[in-house]
Amino acid sequence: MNIFCLGLSHHTAGVSLRERFAVEEGKLGEALSALREEAALQEAVLLSTCNRVEVYGLASDPDAAALACADFLQRSAGIEAEFYRREQAEGARHLFRVVCGLDSMVVGETEILGQVKDAYAAALATGATGSTLNRLFQQAFRVAKQARSETGITRGAVSVGSVAVELAEKIFGDLTACRVLLLGAGEAGARVARSLQSRGVRGLIIANRTFDRAAELAAELGGMALHFDRWQSALTDVDIVISSTAARGHLLSAAELLPVLALRGDRPLFLVDLAVPRDFDPSLNEMEGVFLHDIDSLQAMAQRGMAARGREAERCEKLIDAQVQEFFEWALQRPSSAPVAARS
Amino acid sequence: MERYLLAGSTLFYLLGFANSLVLLGAGKFRPGRLNFAAMAAGFLLQTAFLYHRGHEIGRCPITNSFEILVFLSWSLALAYFFVGTTYRISLLGTFTAPLVFGLQLVALLLPAAPAAVRRGRPDGWLELHASTSLVAYGVLALACVAGVMFLVQERQLKMRVPGSIFHLLPPITTLAEAMRRLLWLGVGLLSVGILAGFFVGLPIAQFKSGASFLVWLLYAGVLFLWNRNMLHSHRVAQCCVGAFLIALLTLPAMYALGGHLSK
Repeated sequence: MNIFCLGLSHHTAGVSLRERFAVEEGKLGEALSALREEAALQEAVLLSTCNRVEVYGLASDPDAAALACADFLQRSAGIEAEFYRREQAEGARHLFRVVCGLDSMVVGETEILGQVKDAYAAALATGATGSTLNRLFQQAFRVAKQARSETGITRGAVSVGSVAVELAEKIFGDLTACRVLLLGAGEAGARVARSLQSRGVRGLIIANRTFDRAAELAAELGGMALHFDRWQSALTDVDIVISSTAARGHLLSAAELLPVLALRGDRPLFLVDLAVPRDFDPSLNEMEGVFLHDIDSLQAMAQRGMAARGREAERCEKLIDAQVQEFFEWALQRPSSAPVAARS
Repeated sequence: MERYLLAGSTLFYLLGFANSLVLLGAGKFRPGRLNFAAMAAGFLLQTAFLYHRGHEIGRCPITNSFEILVFLSWSLALAYFFVGTTYRISLLGTFTAPLVFGLQLVALLLPAAPAAVRRGRPDGWLELHASTSLVAYGVLALACVAGVMFLVQERQLKMRVPGSIFHLLPPITTLAEAMRRLLWLGVGLLSVGILAGFFVGLPIAQFKSGASFLVWLLYAGVLFLWNRNMLHSHRVAQCCVGAFLIALLTLPAMYALGGHLSK
């Protein structure tokens, strides 16, 4: 059994190169069939995401197959590139690290698992996999599940936007019914608004001192523009307020918020203050049902999330070691298996 | 035999609680699984104990302080299992286990009380009154647990950088909803229990009925004010904790001051 992985990723290639090698989603099966034939691969899976293009293959002559794969990919992209190559145990370990998000740009991200599952499904549909890669990928999915449930590799947000989303979800649960008010039309606020929209937020109101800019951003994000002098009237209806204006003083004080809270009933209000100097009086956080986080708080949480994931990554590596060993023990027990451990 | 069942049950609850604490301390809490299994095992042994005792005395086993405490902790565990997956996957089990464990431990430490003498025909109203009231107390105990969780999560959300428990606790709106449902259920059961008490063919003990009505009024008042938006979830959570402590205090007092459960 000769498993290998050949590819390029965000670690080795810039986006301008990666985008040339990316395979369109609908053409994955077709490309895989051509690749198998050209490189004489017994089994193969082709993974193509925005951060990586990789071939996982099984061949009787892995050196020749890897060279043929590289040649095929370069010809399809119309450009030369340097590929990394991992063989046997290192190839399996690489796949396990990829599905666990350890090789991702943002360590612990979970989108990659779905992408690997899609790539495997495409290979399965074209009959490109056999017992070895089937076993390898099934085991990879199990490792990813184990890593998620037994370590904190996916836990904690690692960017200001994802921290805001995490806090919002811990206040409101499902965000689909939440309405957001964005004060200021700067990029920082828009990014957080996009993060919230990606988690299901539908209602978005944008208020900016320059109304045209608010209207422009509202059109881009699918929201509604509001004149800045009327933003406080929207406070009774929204659940989340993201503020990133250039105001010199506080836009909202406890005295101004108190009557609004009375009208809101028992609904919590989440205030995200991205502005420096701050737009909201810090004492608002002391009020019942009001949760205020400023940029320092959000960044501190993101940094802590990154550090925590770094620590959890070590625990993931241990899980992966055990799974790689288990996979090759299985491979060695197969009657037709070649001695693989020596090559790892 | 009975004591062994109860001791085994108590140990399982302790195991569930200790396991959660160890995992929490190590920062690798895995919701459900062992904690849930320990709770389930504890509950089964508890049920076996109550069945055995009930069979022996020919009625609902709530004839002395010992049995009342066990029945109460059983009701609490029952409510925990009935509240559903939403709360089981969270830390509710971790918060419930110590309470159930504590109640049973107190029960076990009480001087061994003899089982009540078997009666010929149980009084249906009395059985309904006593069992419904105690199940209501179990449900209200769970509302107290949800209240504690709400207050902890709310505090985490107010902190500049929340602690690790923040990731494990459910959203505060979910906890508020859990409190609301548990309060409605608890008040409903308590109402049935109190009403059934009027049909029991025994003289009404004034302190007992007064205390029951006070507890009912307290919870019903909280629900009323909350529904009228006159009370915020934060205060409701505090009330759930405070009211249950009061309710818990009234239980032994009711028994000591002439309740008719053992008659």
